[in-house]
Formats: sequence, structure tokens, C-alpha cells
Amino acid sequence: MSQGSRDHDVREARLLGPRVSTGIGWGALVALFLLGLFGLWGAPPDEVQGDAQRLMYVHVPTAWLAYLAFFVTAIASALYLWPRTRARVWDRLAGVSAELGVIFTGLTLVLGSIWGRAVWGVWWAWDARLVTTAVLFFLYLGYLALRRTSEDPSVGAKRNAIAALIAFIDVPIVHFSVEWWRTLHQQATVFNPRLSAEISGVMAWTLWLSVLAFTLLYVFLLDRRYRLAALEDDLDDRELDRAIAARVADAQPAGMASS
Amino acid sequence: MTDVGYVVAGWGITVVVLAGYYARIVVRTRRASKSSEQR
Repeated sequence: MSQGSRDHDVREARLLGPRVSTGIGWGALVALFLLGLFGLWGAPPDEVQGDAQRLMYVHVPTAWLAYLAFFVTAIASALYLWPRTRARVWDRLAGVSAELGVIFTGLTLVLGSIWGRAVWGVWWAWDARLVTTAVLFFLYLGYLALRRTSEDPSVGAKRNAIAALIAFIDVPIVHFSVEWWRTLHQQATVFNPRLSAEISGVMAWTLWLSVLAFTLLYVFLLDRRYRLAALEDDLDDRELDRAIAARVADAQPAGMASS
Repeated sequence: MTDVGYVVAGWGITVVVLAGYYARIVVRTRRASKSSEQR
């Protein structure tokens, strides 16, 4: 690839246009500010749990974003494995979305632990939802570690894509764990089998606001992280090109090099 | 710890982790852009 076309590729290597990305970033910031106002003051405390229930407005959206991020990773991995759509963009997107998914899953576990301590009296319980979520966290942590080990990028990307699809099997297990097993964790409030939201009024729309705010934040961070990954990939490629050129120059006889 | 303490800890950790992650992306992007221009 020529230097000019590579520079062009790096400039173009972003998921969203700069204005759209900035707009989403500001939208996320405003939505998060409103979430802070309503989540901490505007919405009433829960009748049973009191103020501890306010952790729902960060715990639920981080869990939702973990699902979404791993779903994006799975779709991007499938598109990479499909020969007709195989492109580096899908491998890169899968990696950056998985990184965000791990952060959101980690936050879900920590926030769930704090909420559990407040209402159950324990930081951790060997409950189906908690255990399957912890497994999800470690599965994708392993996936991210696997991505760092590949020597041949094309072989590594295929292997990573297969690993991402296998790891995604745990996502529906996490979601339905509260239906399949008797758990300490409550059943789904919104996306339950009856599809009947068991929340209403200010609490309900504050919860929806939290999901919107965190989704905007995810899209914004995904775009920025993707751009960084593209820049770092380009630097690695240039380093490799330079190393190959140096080896080729070294291999040439002195007379050929000067002619 | 009171309920308010748990809420402040949970929301605080969320803000610190996400803001820290974004700051790290910004710093690494600036560094990578600078290296890219120098080469």
C-alpha cells in the first residue's frame, strides 16, 4: 500500500463523522447530567429499598451496555469470518467493542455488589446471575488477552472472531439465568418473559433516560476508541514496513545497493 | 455505611472509571497522532 493511500485510510478510519461524533458526545454529556439530577434527586426513593434503589440507574444501563457491546463484537466477528465481508474494520470493531463490554461488565459486577451489600447484606452470593456475569467478564477478558497474542494478523483475527462467537453464548445465559434458576437476584424488571415493565412514572422514565445516556456514551467511546485503534494499527504497519525495508536493504549486495 | 453512602460510592466509581477510560483514550490518541506526524 502506498504511503499516500495509507494516510488517507487512517484519516478515514473512524466509525462516525467528526461532527456526528461530537454531537453524540455532547448529547451523552447532557443526558448524563439530567440522569444525575433525576437519578439522585428527582426520582422518589423505593418504598422497600429506600435510597439504595438509586443504584439501579447506573447498574441496569451498564448491564444493558455490556450486552450491546458483546452483541456488536459478535456481529463484527461473524462479518469478519464471512469471506465476502472479511475486512480489518470488523476485527478492529470487535476488539474495541469487547474492551468497552469488559469495562461495562466490570462496572455491573461492582455496582451489583454494592447494591447487594445495601439490600441483601452481602457483597457477593453464589447466585446464578452473579456467577454467569462473572464468567462473562472473565471470558471476554480472556478474549482481549487472546487478541494480544497473535503473530500473524489474519490467522489471529480469524481465531479471535471464533473465540468472540463462543464467548457470546454466555450472554443469553446471563439474561435468562433469573428465569431458568431460582435466584437471589430479582427477575428482569423490563425485558421479562411477559414483556410487561414492572416500573412506572418518574422511576420508569429515569431508567429509560439512564439507558439512553449510557447508550450515547457507548457510541461516543466506541468511535473514539476505534479511531485510536486505527492510528495504532497504522503505526505498527509502518514499523513493520520499515523493518522489512531495512532487512531487504541489508540482504542486497553492496554493488546492487549502489547501482 | 448508610444507603446514601452506597449510592455515592456506586455513582462515584462509575464516573471515575468512565472518565478515566475516556481520558486514557484522549492521551493515547494524542500520542499516536504525534508519532504518526513525526514519521
